[in-house]
Amino acid sequence: MKTAMRFMALVLLAALVAACAREVTPEPAPPEPTPPPERERPVETDRLDPRDFTDVRNLDNPDSLLNQRVIYFEFDRSNVRAEFRPIIEAHAAYLQANSSARVILEGHTDERGSREYNLGLGERRGNSVQELLGAHGVSSRQIEVVSYGEERPVCRASNEDCWQRNRRTEIVYTAR
Amino acid sequence: MALVLLWPALAGAQLRIEIVDGVEGAMPIAVAPFAWDSQTPAPEVGVNEIISANLRRSGLFDPMDADQMIDRPTRPPEVRFGTWRMLRVDHLVIGRVSDGPDGWGHEIEYHLLDVHTGRILLSQALAVSPGDLRFGAHRVSDAVYEALIGTPGAFATRIAYVVVHELGEENEYFELVVADADGFNPQAVVRNTQPILSPAWSPDGSRLAYVSFATGRSNIIIQDLYTGQNRVISEARGINGAPAWSPDGEQLAVALSRGGSPDIWLIDAEGRRQPRQLTHHWSINTEPAFSPDGRYIYFTSDRAGRPQVYRMDASGENVTRITFEGRYNSRPSMADNDRYLAVVHSDGDNDFRIAIHDRETERLRVLSDGRLDESPSFAPNGSMILYAARHDGRGVLAAVSADGRIRQRLVTSEGDVREPAWSPIIR
Repeated sequence: MKTAMRFMALVLLAALVAACAREVTPEPAPPEPTPPPERERPVETDRLDPRDFTDVRNLDNPDSLLNQRVIYFEFDRSNVRAEFRPIIEAHAAYLQANSSARVILEGHTDERGSREYNLGLGERRGNSVQELLGAHGVSSRQIEVVSYGEERPVCRASNEDCWQRNRRTEIVYTAR
Repeated sequence: MALVLLWPALAGAQLRIEIVDGVEGAMPIAVAPFAWDSQTPAPEVGVNEIISANLRRSGLFDPMDADQMIDRPTRPPEVRFGTWRMLRVDHLVIGRVSDGPDGWGHEIEYHLLDVHTGRILLSQALAVSPGDLRFGAHRVSDAVYEALIGTPGAFATRIAYVVVHELGEENEYFELVVADADGFNPQAVVRNTQPILSPAWSPDGSRLAYVSFATGRSNIIIQDLYTGQNRVISEARGINGAPAWSPDGEQLAVALSRGGSPDIWLIDAEGRRQPRQLTHHWSINTEPAFSPDGRYIYFTSDRAGRPQVYRMDASGENVTRITFEGRYNSRPSMADNDRYLAVVHSDGDNDFRIAIHDRETERLRVLSDGRLDESPSFAPNGSMILYAARHDGRGVLAAVSADGRIRQRLVTSEGDVREPAWSPIIR
């Protein structure tokens, strides 16, 4: 049943994409729009549910937690803050439902302190996320932790604003 | 002697060394232009100019400009000591460059004279290979320095560093560069779009171990600077980092996290023996550094909550905490005298500076004044500590004397410079 619904949703999505594609063509729209087809179900169930963390499309859906893949940390800390747990739980649900999916957890730090120590700290941040995923039943075969320490900042200024954006674990899907 | 199979470094990667602070009463010395008795064309920069620049950079000498010299002797009998006393110099270096035996390379003959007593302190001849005249001038500088200061010079050495070039908004280009200690002759050893860090010189100066992310994961690679060959020596799951050579050059202490967190391991430089785990602790254990006699390994650990420097026997036994002053002490670099340990030090969370821990007095002294200073590396004679700093939003290198009196800044025209490593004396 679930598969059938997903198939329906895909068909509708395809129709929507086709409709959009038609809109951008220079051809004038037909004067009389075709009447909407008879519906068998309410609209809501046909749409993509952003809380369906088993659905691959939610990885690219800005409304879904699955689309959020960066966990931020306090200075010199590697514990996952409460506000980021739902994101990790969403990915745990996805990885459990999709056993061929694989992630690399990239651990990063800010620029303060020595580089090799920061490699260790970045790994600890990756490991924290890995442990939470594991606690929610994800197989360790699906996860690899790679620490970049301070070598791959997303922000280059030397201030707290940048530093907090750089202290992170990125969940990178290598297979969906 | 010359490095082979390397590329010239990208434009802008050459370091220019500026003195920030020198010592009061630096020794007045004159290095007269050397006679050029060779069939080959004279170089643009004379041997005397290279020697003068070296001595000036050390902060301990005040060499006279050549255009103020009213006399230019090249052999001891030609020296009129009264003239040099009048010019208020204490010492005089003179010499000549001729073709080497069978026309191969050059010979540098030089003399160091005490202007006040008229005595000849040094009289030597040095054979140099073709293309190695600059290096020959560095060796003369080393001999003059040692004769007058009492400790060996460190001019005939090289430095390795990483330059990061930005390519547009997102991309970067990492270059591992080896240059002469005066910044000349920069050669790129490796280039990659992925991070490169932690270069470490083998004790004979022929190889560099470093950490590369070229595969998307950290690996430790050994690069031979003369044959151009390189080999991955560690690619375990997790971190492969912080290579440090044992003094005999046969093993490397490294940080591997194959057990789940970084521990110090000993690996064979030729890959003949199985890696051996030295620390067994759930904390971060990294940044190993051997004592000069090879008996001990210093390393960083946060087993007490925050990073501090510890020491253990090279067998992994008898772990003792070394640093207690400050909240953060890491990345130990040991001077050859076995007494001074340079570290990255912080009292809070924001200012990271280079400090020296004196093993005799057990006291810690802060030497640098930046906010993000890191990666200290001792000169092989213990005179200076080279480190990475940030200046005007860019990564630069800086050097400070072990007593804190002499400061230098090593600048490039572009790129971010970091991860300096000073080579051993190259013979």
